Formats: sequence, C-alpha cells, structure tokens
Amino acid sequence: MSVHSRVWPAQGVHRVPYWVYADESVYARELEGIFKGPSWSFVGLEAEIPSPGDFKRAQIGEASVIAARGREGAVHVLLNQCAHRGLQVCRQDYGQARVFQCPYHQWTYRLDGDLTGVPFAKGVDGKGGMPDDFERCEHGLRKLKVATRHGAVFASFADEIEPLEAYLGPKMLALFDRVFTGARLRILGVSRQRIPANWKLMFENIKDPYHASLLHVFLVTFGLFRVDNPSRTEMDATGRHSALISRRGGDRTATSATGEMASFREELKLKDPMLLDIVKEFPDPATVVMQTIWPNLIVQQQANTLATRQIAPRGPGAFDLNWTFFGYERDDAAMTARRLRHANLMGPAGFVSLDDSEVMDLAQRGIRQDEDRAAVVEMGGRGTEDQDHIVTETAIRAFYAYYRQVMGL
Amino acid sequence: MSPAREEIETLYARHAELLDEGPISEWPSLFVEDGLYKAVTRENSDRGWPLALMLCESRAAIEDRVYAIEHLALKIPRRVRHLVSTIAFSAENGGYRVKANFAVFETLEGEPTVCFAAGRYHDALVRDGAGALRFREKVSIADSAIVRNSLVYPL
Repeated sequence: MSVHSRVWPAQGVHRVPYWVYADESVYARELEGIFKGPSWSFVGLEAEIPSPGDFKRAQIGEASVIAARGREGAVHVLLNQCAHRGLQVCRQDYGQARVFQCPYHQWTYRLDGDLTGVPFAKGVDGKGGMPDDFERCEHGLRKLKVATRHGAVFASFADEIEPLEAYLGPKMLALFDRVFTGARLRILGVSRQRIPANWKLMFENIKDPYHASLLHVFLVTFGLFRVDNPSRTEMDATGRHSALISRRGGDRTATSATGEMASFREELKLKDPMLLDIVKEFPDPATVVMQTIWPNLIVQQQANTLATRQIAPRGPGAFDLNWTFFGYERDDAAMTARRLRHANLMGPAGFVSLDDSEVMDLAQRGIRQDEDRAAVVEMGGRGTEDQDHIVTETAIRAFYAYYRQVMGL
Repeated sequence: MSPAREEIETLYARHAELLDEGPISEWPSLFVEDGLYKAVTRENSDRGWPLALMLCESRAAIEDRVYAIEHLALKIPRRVRHLVSTIAFSAENGGYRVKANFAVFETLEGEPTVCFAAGRYHDALVRDGAGALRFREKVSIADSAIVRNSLVYPL
C-alpha cells in the first residue's frame, strides 16, 4: 500500500495505527521528510574527535555521514558518497585521516569535503583526461549544515533550517544545557545494539514513563524512577522533543502505588550496594532526566550515568541504537568508576534497558500481525500538554501530533 | 595433556556448562571473592575506553547480575551455548594468565540458532583458599561492536 492511501484513525493522536511501524512507503517518506528534511540530527560528541584529522562515521536516517575535524579545528559533516560513482569513501567507524580517498578511482577529498585529487585528470600522454571545463570545486563531497552546542554535534541535510537553539526551544535547551554545560566531556565508551523494531518505538519507550513503573523491577524497587516520585513530563512548543524529569523517592518503600506494581520487590537487596552509590551532581533536585530530541537523539541522565543514544533506522523493522557514555574531564577517579558502574543499568545488557530492547522486539512481532489495528494511547488523557506527573502517555501523543504534520498523515 | 592444561580446561568446561545448562546461580562460585567479570567490545578496548557491557567488580556483584538474569529481567526465552577453544596460558603468581577464543550461539524460542558473539577471553586464574582454580579476572572481549538486540547472559 502507498503512503498516499494511508489514513490516520479518526480519533486522532490517541490512536497510533500499526502501519506506521511496518509500512515500507511510510518508512521511505520518513527518510526523506524527517531525516533529510528540516531537522537537526545528532552526529556525535566533539570529544570523540578531539584532534584535527579525527573522524567518526555516523548515520542520519540510512545515510552514512562522516564527522571530521578539519586542520583548522572546525567539525565538518559530509555525506559518505564519492562525487564520481557514489561509493562510500570512508570505510572505518572512526580513525585519523589526512584525506578521504575513494578506493575505486582514487578521487581524493580534504577533511572539509573539497575534492583535491583526480588521477589522470589531464590524461596520459595527451590522451583521455577530464574535459577542460571540469572544475574540482564543483565535485566535493556533499557538505551538511553543522551546529555544535557545548560539545554535541548536530547536522542537517536541509538548506533552510532554524538555528539549533531555536529548534530545541527554550525549555528543551535548558534541559540539554543541564548535562551539556560547556564543561569538557570525557568519553567512557560506546555500546551499540541492533534492535528488531521500528525506530519510533525507541522514542516512544522514552516518552512513555508509565511503563517504567510496571516493567522495570530495578527502577521500581530502588525508587530510581517511579510513578509516585515527584515528576514532570514536558514538551517543546511543537511536541517533537520531550523530557521526563523525576526525583528519586524513598528507597524500597511500599506506598499506595506499589500495590499495582507487580514488579515491586520490597525484599530485594543488592549484595553489592555500590551499584546504587549515587552522588548528587546537578543543582536542581531532579535525579533523572530523559530527554528525546527529534529525530534521532535521547539524552540520558539516570543516577550518575550520562549517555547519548543515537537512533539509526535500518528499514521499518529494525534500528541501531548507538550509545555514547561520558562524564566530565573534571571527574575524579571515584566518579569515573561510579559512572562505569552505573552504566550497568543501561546499554544492551542494562539492568533497566535490557527489558526495553526485549519489549520492543515483542512489540514489533505483535504489531506486524495486523497493521490495520491501532495502539490505544490514552493514559493521562487524550491531550498533548505538559503534565506534572508521569502516569501519562502525553509525550507520545505530542510526538505523533508533530509527526503527522511532517508526514502529511 | 599436561596436568595444568587439564585443570584449566576443566574450569572452562564448568564455566560453559553453568551458563548454558545451569544452574547459573552457581556460576559466581567460579570466581574468587574479589573477582572481576567484564564483558566489553573490541571497539572500546581498542580505543582505550573503559566502558563495559557488563561490569561486576566483586563476586557479590556477579551474584547480583545472575539474580537479575534469573529473576528480574524481562527476557524472551532463549538458550545460549558457549564454545571455548584455543586456550593459551602461562604461569603467573601460582595461577595462570589465560587467553582463549569463545563463540556464543543463541537460540530464541521458536527461532533458528544464530552466532550471537565471538571473541577472546583475557583471564587471570588463581587458587582459592581450598586450592581450587578460580577466576580472579574474566574479561570477555567481543569482536563485534554491535549486540544483536540484548545481551542477557555473560559471554
């Protein structure tokens, strides 16, 4: 079926039709309209490419891009596609380079994407060669627009796009700056997982705080994130970005809410309590802020584990989730050890996030059975407004209100 | 086979058996009390980044991890199968430094078996109070940077 014949359920955004997670034509429009459209995609952290010549590969939609630090120190983001025959000129996930050279005919590009070398451009013994009017300056790698903020690098395929700060809006910018203060970052490592589910389910997982009190035994039992903790669910003016903000409640206490939490285990005790040795490090009282930034970034602060999670779709039925765990250069050895320990909560084997990757697999298997049915998204009402609690799916509804506009659905 | 090799191979056979056939709750007993278990990717170890997929800095933390696998994690039912081979070792402080290749196959219920991970162990073995050979350090370095959905069981 074509995307043109898809009709959103009449009820509105409190119904999400299952075909948005499975239809190839919907997915193709997402790649063009969202990832190559007027959006800022997260590419990586400057600390991953600290020196001139450092580069990393990233994915925006399904396009491979190279983020490279040029000789003069600026970060360039380039489409990984030779201007000659379209090959990927960069075949390593990260490294150090003086130039990028296509293996096929050795067209050679500078770190800023400009074409510098074309073998046999003037021919051999007066024969062959490129036409006289061939201009190298017209055949560089495609350069994306780049925005950096406090060590985070974003790029856009769009020619016309608002500045990153306006794109985030004041509320989301303030939450972004809460973690990215401008202090120098220290990369602790990356984790990558290939999740057999539609990319939007990852966003919805983070925009749905309701599930966390039911699914995640760790969060519930240790009070890390729970419906009866003081919490907020906030969006930007468009609804495309959101944040769940919460404060850790009492540890291991039963309350009026825990009766309905089948996963609450009052008796559970860690044999090594160092896993939950949490130090307050932000000026506000929040102990967890999970922020989603359209179209491909989650910023995670839970306990003392900080990470970006970048979403790279791979067809409608799968995506790669690329986690970069980090701290600050000012961290002492104890803090770095703590962040690494807390990282056990997250990632492909996380005490918390493992539940999510398994559930997303189950969700995709379930959805595919009948694409014409729809999800019921009514927790916390049918609106898309901010709420001062997390017993809600308002951020999912807000996300789809914006998604429908962009997609024309 | 030398007595040393036989003793080391017996430990690795027990390691694989406990993870694959169970009871996994006995797997932590293969570590000394201040033992370390870490599963990392080659990407991080090559780049000098300390992040682990699983990090247990004591036998107590290994027991917590195993308890979570058995009783807390929401997981699609599965079987894993560890193959350990090409064990190389050298004597060190009454114990051994060991490097060995591993492969882990995974079978989700209702699905064909897939190769889930391959990599190399960088381990340190010591004798516990009773003279039995145990892991002081077990570091599993996975070749692929990408985990196939979820890493449930130790590598």
